[in-house]
Amino acid sequence: MKDTIRVASGQGFWGDLLTAPVDQVTKGPVDYLMMDYLAEVTMSILQKQKLKDPTLGYARDLVPLMETILPVIASKKIRVVTNGGGVNPTGCAEAIIRIAKKLGIRGLRVGVVHGDDILTGLDGLLARGAGLKNMESGASLDSIRERIVSANIYFGARPIVEALEQGADIVITGRTTDTALTYAPMIHEFGWSWSDWDRLALGVVAGHILECGGQASGGNFSADWRSVPDLAHIGFPIAEASRDGGMVITKHDGTGGLVSVQTVTEQLLYEIGDPAEYITPECVADFTSIRLSPEGKDRVRISGVKGRPNTDFYKVSMAYADGFTAIGSLTYSWPDAREKAMKADEILRTRLADLGLSFDEIRTEFVGLNSCHGPLAAVPADINDVNEVVLRIGVRGRDVKQVQRFGMEIAPLILTGPPAVTGFAGGRPRPSEVIAYWPALIPKDLVSPVVSVTEVS
Amino acid sequence: MKVRLVDICHARSGDKGDTGNVGLIARKPEYYPVILKYVTPEAVKKHFEGICFGPVKRYELPNLMALNFLLHKTLGGGGTVSLKNDAQGKTLSSAMLRMTIDIAETITI
Repeated sequence: MKDTIRVASGQGFWGDLLTAPVDQVTKGPVDYLMMDYLAEVTMSILQKQKLKDPTLGYARDLVPLMETILPVIASKKIRVVTNGGGVNPTGCAEAIIRIAKKLGIRGLRVGVVHGDDILTGLDGLLARGAGLKNMESGASLDSIRERIVSANIYFGARPIVEALEQGADIVITGRTTDTALTYAPMIHEFGWSWSDWDRLALGVVAGHILECGGQASGGNFSADWRSVPDLAHIGFPIAEASRDGGMVITKHDGTGGLVSVQTVTEQLLYEIGDPAEYITPECVADFTSIRLSPEGKDRVRISGVKGRPNTDFYKVSMAYADGFTAIGSLTYSWPDAREKAMKADEILRTRLADLGLSFDEIRTEFVGLNSCHGPLAAVPADINDVNEVVLRIGVRGRDVKQVQRFGMEIAPLILTGPPAVTGFAGGRPRPSEVIAYWPALIPKDLVSPVVSVTEVS
Repeated sequence: MKVRLVDICHARSGDKGDTGNVGLIARKPEYYPVILKYVTPEAVKKHFEGICFGPVKRYELPNLMALNFLLHKTLGGGGTVSLKNDAQGKTLSSAMLRMTIDIAETITI
């Protein structure tokens, strides 16, 4: 029975720093490694990959990563919790079991949490009364039913805890809430009651801090980015949870980055809605109750967190095909770079109109001048002296042929438009399919997570 | 006195669909009442004219000396639908810090 456990954040998204999880398990003591791979967009990408090859559909980075860290985590008894299973957690677990066998790591227990993927059972659920109306617009699912490409329930900590109770050393989940990956180990270790709302909310807060990796430990830090030491070797955040309800955010000694009240506060405010209503499957956490206090170098204590009972619903994230986009760019140089870019935009739009192409939207931005702050951007004192401006123009439409045709109109501008232009590498912009989101709620009693644990023989 | 938010605050922003969220954090405890009083949803809506096409909602987090703003209809449709370079609203935070407030109080920056 441990009185304190350290849960380390290893990945904040699929595509994150590959060395971070390795550092977390080698550069200091940790008990659990949590890795978040799933953004909303990721699920639909994975669903497409699985359609092409039924053995895929999970975060493939996880397999070479496990090959690197399995010997370490097996000898140090570090347990791993990750949602990298995507839309095929079973396939992901099988790949990891193969690696474990190859490395001769026997007795390793790999747990799988699935049941979140409701794409194939959608009609049955609708028949049983799951309305799945858009929770933001209130629109009926009928309008997009035929175009849905993925549909996943956000399960919480319960199935992860169940896998840990069954002895899983590695827990691979499909869609679970990002925060659950952090607090499920705390519930398992300390036996928190499922109705201890304050304790559960404290875990949720720790989870929110860890779920974006280095963004809590000095990355993307707006207060004073210059003061952050050694970002090249940034240490990802670690939540140190105690049986008595203590919670400290820290990172390994000797790593770069910074854990301060300011870095943690920025992450707490990242992508939240009403802070008093941070809804998870286990509880509703009240972020307005959070108190942070410095506790020495790279240590921040969290206290005061209040929680309330959970709701009767799970969130469902669905993705559906919604037309096509293509985006092209060209770089215009001094003199009069902006004026040239504006002229090129005008010529291009005339040609698109002449061709009779029509789009839902055509958007022009001048990178270097206004693509970030739009009309709020400061205009340089001598706009004509700006050395270069990137014309970035994109279209969105239903007709893939028209979007494709747009892509053929970018390169001709080099020889048939304003002078001193470059930056057309990579060929014609190709149409990419738009995957739009449909957030909804589903009554908890309509769906159940499935947990299984396999021992490597 | 006129105060630019970048001198008294730091910020982080992100997205939820077509809604941008901006967390605005006072750098010192004495700045929090100032932003609470002057950085109203109306002022923020006006500041983001031409960027934010929906309502602005504000939430208070006094323990963290912070305000959370939700800027609806701000990300060109959001996520994968948007044609914006900043489709995820990552730079709305720094756009917010451009805001200047005219305050009756005198504060030390």
